[in-house]
Order: sequence, then C-alpha cells, then structure tokens
Amino acid sequence: MICDSKTDAIRARQSAVRVDLRAVCASSLECAPHPSAPFVNVNCPAVLRLDTTLPAEGEPLSWFGTLGIRSFCGRQREEKDVIPGAFTYHRPSSVAEAVAILVSHGDEARPLSGGHSLIPMMKLRMAAPEHLVDLGGIADLKGITDDGSTITIRAMTTQHELIASDLLAQKLPIIRETALLIADPQIRYVGTLGGNVANGDPGNDMPALMQCLDAAYVLTGPDGERDVPARDFYEAAYFTALAPEEILTAVKIPVPPAGHGYAYEKLKRKVGDYATAAAAVVLTLDGGTVTFCSIALTNVSDTPLYAKEAGEILTGSTLDTATVARAVAAAEAITEPASDGRGPAEYRTKMAGVMLQKALSRAATRAAS
Amino acid sequence: MNDMTPTREQREAALEGMGCKRKRVEDIRFTQGKGQYVDDLKLPGMVFGDFVRSSHAHAKITKIDASEALKLPGVIAVLTAEDLKGVNLAWMPTLAGDVQMVLADGKVLYQNQEVAFVVAENRYIADDAIQLVEVEYEELPVLTDPFKSMDPDAPVLRPDLDGKTEGAHGPRKHHNHIFTWEVGDREETDKAFEEADVTIKELISYHRTHPSPLETCQCVASMDKIKGELTVWGTFQAPHVIRTVASLLSTIPEQKIHVIAPDIGGGFGNKVGAYPGYICAIVASIVTGVPVKWVEDRMENLSTTSFARDYHMTAEIAAKNDGTVTGLKVHVLADHGGFDACADPSKWPAGFFNIVTGSYDFPAAHLEVDGVYTNKAPGGVAYRCSFRVTEAAYCIERAMDILAQKLDMDPADLRMKNFVKSEQFPYHSALGWEYDSGDYHTAMRKAMDTIGYRELRAEQKAKQEAFKRGETREIMGIGVSFFTEIVGAGPSKNCDILGVAMFDSAEIRVHPTGSVISRMGTKSQGQGHETTWAQIIATEIGIPAADIMVEEGNTDTAPYGLGTYGSRSTPVAGAAIALASRKIRNKAQMIAAHMLEVSEYDLEWDVDGFQVKGNPQARKSMKEIAWAAYHAPPPGMEPGLEAVSYYDPPNMTYPFGAYLCVMDIDVDTGVAKTRRFYALDDCGTRINPMIIEGQVHGGLTEAFAIAMGQEIRYDEMGNVLGASFMDFFLPTAVETPHWETDFTVTPSPHHPIGAKGVGESPNVGGVPAFSNAVNDAFKFLGSTHIQMPHDAWRIWQAAKDLGAHG
Repeated sequence: MICDSKTDAIRARQSAVRVDLRAVCASSLECAPHPSAPFVNVNCPAVLRLDTTLPAEGEPLSWFGTLGIRSFCGRQREEKDVIPGAFTYHRPSSVAEAVAILVSHGDEARPLSGGHSLIPMMKLRMAAPEHLVDLGGIADLKGITDDGSTITIRAMTTQHELIASDLLAQKLPIIRETALLIADPQIRYVGTLGGNVANGDPGNDMPALMQCLDAAYVLTGPDGERDVPARDFYEAAYFTALAPEEILTAVKIPVPPAGHGYAYEKLKRKVGDYATAAAAVVLTLDGGTVTFCSIALTNVSDTPLYAKEAGEILTGSTLDTATVARAVAAAEAITEPASDGRGPAEYRTKMAGVMLQKALSRAATRAAS
Repeated sequence: MNDMTPTREQREAALEGMGCKRKRVEDIRFTQGKGQYVDDLKLPGMVFGDFVRSSHAHAKITKIDASEALKLPGVIAVLTAEDLKGVNLAWMPTLAGDVQMVLADGKVLYQNQEVAFVVAENRYIADDAIQLVEVEYEELPVLTDPFKSMDPDAPVLRPDLDGKTEGAHGPRKHHNHIFTWEVGDREETDKAFEEADVTIKELISYHRTHPSPLETCQCVASMDKIKGELTVWGTFQAPHVIRTVASLLSTIPEQKIHVIAPDIGGGFGNKVGAYPGYICAIVASIVTGVPVKWVEDRMENLSTTSFARDYHMTAEIAAKNDGTVTGLKVHVLADHGGFDACADPSKWPAGFFNIVTGSYDFPAAHLEVDGVYTNKAPGGVAYRCSFRVTEAAYCIERAMDILAQKLDMDPADLRMKNFVKSEQFPYHSALGWEYDSGDYHTAMRKAMDTIGYRELRAEQKAKQEAFKRGETREIMGIGVSFFTEIVGAGPSKNCDILGVAMFDSAEIRVHPTGSVISRMGTKSQGQGHETTWAQIIATEIGIPAADIMVEEGNTDTAPYGLGTYGSRSTPVAGAAIALASRKIRNKAQMIAAHMLEVSEYDLEWDVDGFQVKGNPQARKSMKEIAWAAYHAPPPGMEPGLEAVSYYDPPNMTYPFGAYLCVMDIDVDTGVAKTRRFYALDDCGTRINPMIIEGQVHGGLTEAFAIAMGQEIRYDEMGNVLGASFMDFFLPTAVETPHWETDFTVTPSPHHPIGAKGVGESPNVGGVPAFSNAVNDAFKFLGSTHIQMPHDAWRIWQAAKDLGAHG
C-alpha cells in the first residue's frame, strides 16, 4: 500500500484542528511586537520544545490531553516538528476588537491566551493559524469580583492570581487547591483560567472543577454575550460549545455555602504531568449526613465528567463504606479513559475511584457538620 | 622563618589539591548561562539542515520527490541517499563492525529513520520544506519483538547482508542474527548445576531506555574550500575519534580536519557515536561551501540517536543449601534495533557484560549473548555505565535476591556469604576479569549498620502482618544492591575503537611565572574535569589548582585521546595526568638541585617545592623553579618545563559499592515512595569529594528514573511510544528521593594515584537497589520477579495479579 505523504497528513490534521481549536492559550511568545505596531508578521521563536504526535484519522483529537501516541492511517506516527509556520500577530486592546478580528478571519484566526496548549501545537504544526489574536492586551479580561452569591473570574486571570486571591481562598478554596496542582510555578504565572477551560483539553484540571462547582462560562461574540453551563460546554476532546468567532471572557461560579467541605485529589506521575485521574468534590454535611454533594472527574474520558449519579447516591448518606463504594462504582462506570503512558484504561478508571474516595474523605473532614 | 611564613598545612590548603572539596570552576559560566554550546555558535553565512524522517518502522521507499520543496524560496538543497552515494557516504561503518544507512537507501528499518536532509537558509524554511518533500512508502511486515527475530519466517530486515554467514563477531545463524558471544566454561558450569542442592532460573529484562542529555546531539560543519580544511564543532564525547573517522570516511587528510567539542550539556553515552546528522551536515557544507548547522530536537533525540539497554537476560544460579553459590549461567537476548551501532570497544560485542558474576565468588560460570535485529532505532550505548555493566549488575543483583528468596535467606546475608574476600584480590573471575582490589565485607557491614538494616527488616515484618490483617494498604520493601563496576577502558591488549587503542593522554606546560596550561584527550560533558584535573596536577607538582587551566575538546591543541565515557577519564587520563606531572616534578628536582647547589638525591619533595633533606629552610618552591627553567636552567639541560604522557592502563579498575533502598508502596495506586536511599561508594582515592557526591546524586537520580518508569516503548507496529518529556520519565527535584551518601576507600593498586572512577557507579548500583526494593516488598505475597520499569500502573498491576486488591 502506498501511504500518504507527510504533507497530506499534516494538512489533514491542520484542517481538523482548525474546527475545534478555539483555544485561549497563553502567551509565552517572545516575539511580542512593539506597541505601536499592533499588526506585524512574525516567525515565532522556538521557545517550547514540547513534543507530541498526530491523532488517529477519525479519532477524536484527544492527543493533547493524553499525549500518548495515536494512530494515523491504521498506524501510529510520530511528528517531529518544533518550529511553527508563519502567522500574523494581532494584539487588540478590547474584546470587541478581538471579536472583530475573529469575525473577519474566520477559521484562519485563533485567540491566544497563556499559550501553553496553542503554541506547542503550532510548533508541532498541528495548528497553523494564519492570524494569532493575543488577548494579553485587553485590560477588561483581568480580575476577580464577588457580588455575594456569584464570583466572577475574568478569563485572562492567571493560575498564579487564582492562588494568590484572598477572596478565593476564603470562599472557594478548592480553586486554590486545584491550581496548585497544575504544572509548575512558571507555567502558572502565565497560564490562565480562561485558556484552561476554553480549549477543551480533557487533561486540564479546571474544567472538571468548574463542572463540580456548576460554573457558567460567558462567551462573547459578534451578537453579544451568552452564558453556557460548564456541564454543557464540553462535547469531545477540543470540541466545545464555543463558536469560531466567540471568545470565552469570564467564568461565573455560584458561591458554595460557608462550611462546605471540598477536595481535589490528583494522581500524576510527576510535576507538570496531566492527571492519571483526578476527582473534585464539594459537599455539605448536617449532623454527619450529606445534604449536598457534587463530584467531577478529570482526564478519564475525552471530556471532563460531571459524576451526577455518584453525587446523588451520596446525598442523604452518612458516607458509610457501602454507600461510598456504590458512589465510587457509579463514578467509575462513566469513565472512558485512554490507555497511554499513564497506564491502561482499567487502571485509570480504578484510579478515578481511588481519587474520589480520597477526595470524599478529605472533604468530609473539612466540612462543618 | 618569620610569622608570615605559611605553615605546611596552609601551603597544602592553598593548593586545593586532591581530597579538597574544591568548587567547580566551570560552574561560574554554566550557572550564569554563559556556557558556549554548539547551538550558540553562529557563523557568517551559516545555513541549517533538518531531516525528513520515516513515519514507518519497516517499509520500502518507492519514491522521494523533493521538487516542491526545492521551489520554496530559501531552500538550498535536499540530500538523499542517491546524492550521498556520489561521495560514498550513503552508508557508514558503526563502532560495532556493522554498517548503517546515513539516509534511507531504498528502505527504512525504524520509525523516524533519516530519509532526506533539507538544507535551507534558516530553521523555519527548512521545516517548511520538510513538509513539502513527498516520500512514498511500501509497507513491510514489522518485527519489534526480539524473541521473534530468529523465527524461521521472520521478515528479512537487512537484505544488504543477504548470504553473509559471517559477521564482525563470528558466524550468523539467521538472517536477523548479528552475533553470538560466548564466555566461560560451559561444561564445568553444567557440572555445577548437576551437583547443586538448589537452582534458580529467571528471565530478567532490562527495558529499552535512553540517556536523554538535556542538550541534544548537534553540530556545525564548515568546509573551507580554498584551504581544503574542514572544521566541525559538535557534541562529541570523543572528538579525536570523530576526527579520525571523519578523515577515513571523507578522505580529507586528518591534519586538515579540525574537530572541536565546545561545552557539552550532558552526554551519558548519547554523544559517543557518529550520527547521520553529522555526516549530512559535513556533506552539505562540502557541497554548498558554507557552514551548515544541524540541531536535533527532543523527539529526534529520544527516538533515533542511541537507545540504551534492551537486554533480556535469563539467569540461572546453582547453590548449596547453605547458600554458597557454585555456578552461574546467563543467556542474553540483545535487541540491537535495525543496525548494530552499539558503542563498545570493537572486540566486545556485548561490552563487559562478562562482569556478570558481580561481587561473588562463582567457581564456574558461562555466558552467551545473542544479538538480533529488530525494527527499532539502533544504539545500545552505555548510558552512564561502563559497557553493558549496568545490565550485568542488574542481572546478578536480581538473581541473588531470587536465590535468597528460594533459600529463605536474608538477601544481605546471602551476599556476605558469597562475596569475594579481601584477601582474594587480585581476584580472577570465572568469566575472565582480574579484579584489582576490594573490601566488600567492610563496605556491606558499614552500609547495614548505618541504615539499621536488622531493625528495618523487623519493621517490614510487622507491616506485612498488619497488611495481612487488613490494617494498612501500604507495604514496605528493602532493596539491597552490591555492585562491582569495571571501568577505565582500557588496556590496549583488549580494548580498541576501530583499531585505535584505548589509551588516554595529558600534556602539561608550566609557564615561567608558575602558572599552568594543561590539555587532555578526554572531554567533559559536565563531569567537572576543569576542576578535578587541576587538583591532580596541583598535588603532584605543588602549583595551586587556581593557577592551572584545563582545556579539552579541540583536536588541534589537545593530545590524542579516546574521550570521556564508561568512567574511563580518571582511570586512564587521570593516570596520564599524574604521570605527566611526575615527569615535570623530576625535571624540577634537577633544576632545584642546581639552584641549591646540592645533588638531586639530597632533595625531598615537600608540598609545593623541594627542600634539602635535614635542612628544610633550604628550599625552592615550584614557582621559583619554573622561573629558573626558563631563565637559568642547569647547563646542558633543555629550557622549559612541560611534559606529555600517553597512558595505556595495565588493567581496568573495579569500583564497588553497597546501596540500600527503603520503599513504601501503596498497593491501591501503585505509587512507590522511596523513604531512604543509602549509597556507599568505594571509588578508590577520592580526588574531589564534593564532585563525587554530585556524581552520585546525578547517577542515582537517573537510576531512580530508569527503574521507576523511564522507558522507550514500541507498539507492535513499530511506533515509538513516549518519545517526549511528557511521557519519558525525567524526574524533577520534587519526585527525586533524598540521597544519603557514604564511602570507603580501597585504592586501585595499579593506578598512579589509586583512583578508580565513580561517575557511573550510582547508575549501575542504583537500578538494582530500586528494583530489588519493589520486588522485596511483594515477596511475602508470593512474587518472585516483577519486570522493570516499576511505574505506578505496573506496580498496581503486580499487586492486582498477586491478589492484593481483594
């Protein structure tokens, strides 16, 4: 059989990536342009040397979440590029301006936030946007506000800023706990909440947490804003409800009751790794009985998983061994992990259960009874 | 003498000689980002080369069409095997006596194999052009399992060897067979097994991994067509050999080739061999007449340039009921990938694997190694170990544990019972080596006492009971490892590389003011030679280390040497340095005698100069003598003060050590936590204890990585899995255990300063310590042997298979 040339493979991959990659990634671009030249052609220098592989034809683009090897044309193949193609760099100063650029370039444009997903994908030539729209110059996209019942985090708020926020530490401490388990300090200084939740990478930690917290994403497009619940946002790996000309501008989180218990348990091979499996738990207790329990799982499917049934099983229980075992089984049942370097699917499913068990027990000890 | 005269101790301290924890002088530039690496080099007019690589593990190439790539502005050339044939370089010889394609010649044998070399004005254009080169493949059946390599119907990987029944190391018995290497006495060993009370047999695999230095392989080649001179800057652990090979291959006279290895960001064996990138960059520079840079990316490095290990070892031990070992039989199936590009001394197809009797007094032993081809990348380098020694140490240290288990003996006690005794040295092993010196019992006892071995065993027993009662989900393992290394390749009687004997060299020149420039045939990749070499000279000739400059890596200025790998620098070049220093001291003694108007026999050496015996006030310091050597040498004596030494070692050196690892394992997640790791090293005389400690830390960290997850895996289609730092386990400071280091000192009797080498010991001894800890933890559940690597999911799997999950 005569297989396709590398070129065709790359092109096929690029067009596939274009459809779903509305990622807001973050900007370790060393080639930030002069302020007076908001519209310049640059070749991005090779900053990161992250390597990955092409996904299978017809298989969901879950490669970046798992970074295993995926098959192509019946076989797997490695991709070796570390240098992106040429692109035009935009740095708008308002959301409206950014949306206008997206509208005028359609599929050829990508928003850029922290860049920790998009830039490596460009270096691997798995994404080749002709127009890169850097959201780093939009002051409006920064900040955390509290209106009493809802906390709003603007999309370009970095993981480091989440960790440093007294407001979050007091009212949503699980965000700090989770952010501290993401990558390493250098990446957290640059990586943003918006980028983490918007690009649909099942390996990211914030999407499951947002599902656990029942957050809503504010999507801003040419026709204005719309809110989409985190639990409805993710369709498949890198496929989300975000339209090509929309930008995820904020995350709204209902404030859980004071005295709630919480835990984010993540099993990973090393610092900087995506989860083998992770579980987010928020619960409330009344006299030892669970009055509310929300559970979500990270990186054990091609989307984050809101484990609705597991939470329902536990509600009304005293977290007795038998009920916890039933809830863990219910949570394990909805997982569909990939087999990769982190372990075979069976192991990762079991680890989702173990992480859930640990998270439940830690959340219970933290909850006011 | 007045109060200002420094004391003897002060003069000694001022030298910062051997035994001093001298800070590494090279770190001044390294820690400030001021090292000068190959990729820092930018020459006028320099262009860039990059590879089109195979997506297939085994395929015929039916067409390569570069026409679209050549149309791209900025693309200068696209080289294929056809172009290289014009200069007779489509194939190159390997260090192991095989030949290897430089660019795919009609077929590819492993994924990511080099297919075409694109030369362009910059890296971006080169990468754009790669996308435009169209290659048509016709797939062939893929062979990745070495156990199937010699099946009768196995696909033919190397049609170029068709009909060749004789390889570089003897007869070939199958079309995918490379060599059989046999050592020892088969009959006597069989007899030991027939008469044994107890025997064990186990397949112990050491998986494929990779040295993965942080700086990948790279070079800049610059051909000056007017002068007919070629300069190559590259990541070379052995620059002189590279120049010789380049001259032989290119037919450019050796004096017109200048090979320069600048600062190197780690080697670990990865930078010993010659790779297609070097050849293509050189050819491209010859073709274009401008400098050509080639820099490998991470995935290329992990997936193509030199894997390590991939040894499948079936070990058998015969023993008496009291634990005395009587025989060892080992068969190795060695997976060499598509070409045999193993980096061993030429006559040693399995390196020094015959050190596999380890630290134990086996009266009889037999070893047989079969090398085979598979559709995997070539290599088989000594990843921070002397040639195949880490495989051998892993094999014997696991096998001894398995024997202890069968005999229901403590693994440390079994080792103590069978150690070669200190009075047996020099010890002749059943597989042909002469161990120079050792005191194994003392080292092992010190290790056991320091860590509290018996108490740990008691704690382990209590934990096992608690586990059985369901009170804990954690189990505990104690890993014992006692290794004997064989380093310092090597004596010319048995070691050469492509015919060049494996000596090494030093050249030392004392300037009139008493400062020194010294050059060696070795090449540091981070080992700290600039610091330690100066310390040897300082002690030997009494000039402060701070006044001694050490240079390596430039073939125009440095004396010829075989380079740095296999812990050979201190055993070989270190000896050359001491001997060259002594030549200088001998001449200095004659000059001092002339200056003091006494006979040289009336003089004695004292720290940093010569003094008259019985009259220490009458003395001349080396600084004064150096000035005299240029100003007023004795009549009839040549002026100047310099010396050269080429050292051919009489024997290898045999460093050893006792390592103990205490590990706690959560059976529900498979997560293993190293509670303690104690490493006692005996590397003979210690030149710089701080550098030794750093070497041990680094080697242990690599050992930890290898044992606990670092792996280059292939699927059955020949796709290389995990060839990125996302999956290839490179531990950070967070994952790395705390290291407790210790030492004993048993000098080498044949080395001028008694030093044995240490850089690789921690990798050799560390891997079995970790693996034995994991295996030890599961022993009480009925497990005999769990294969490496021991990453969390595999440990979980082992626990599950043993019924530990209920």
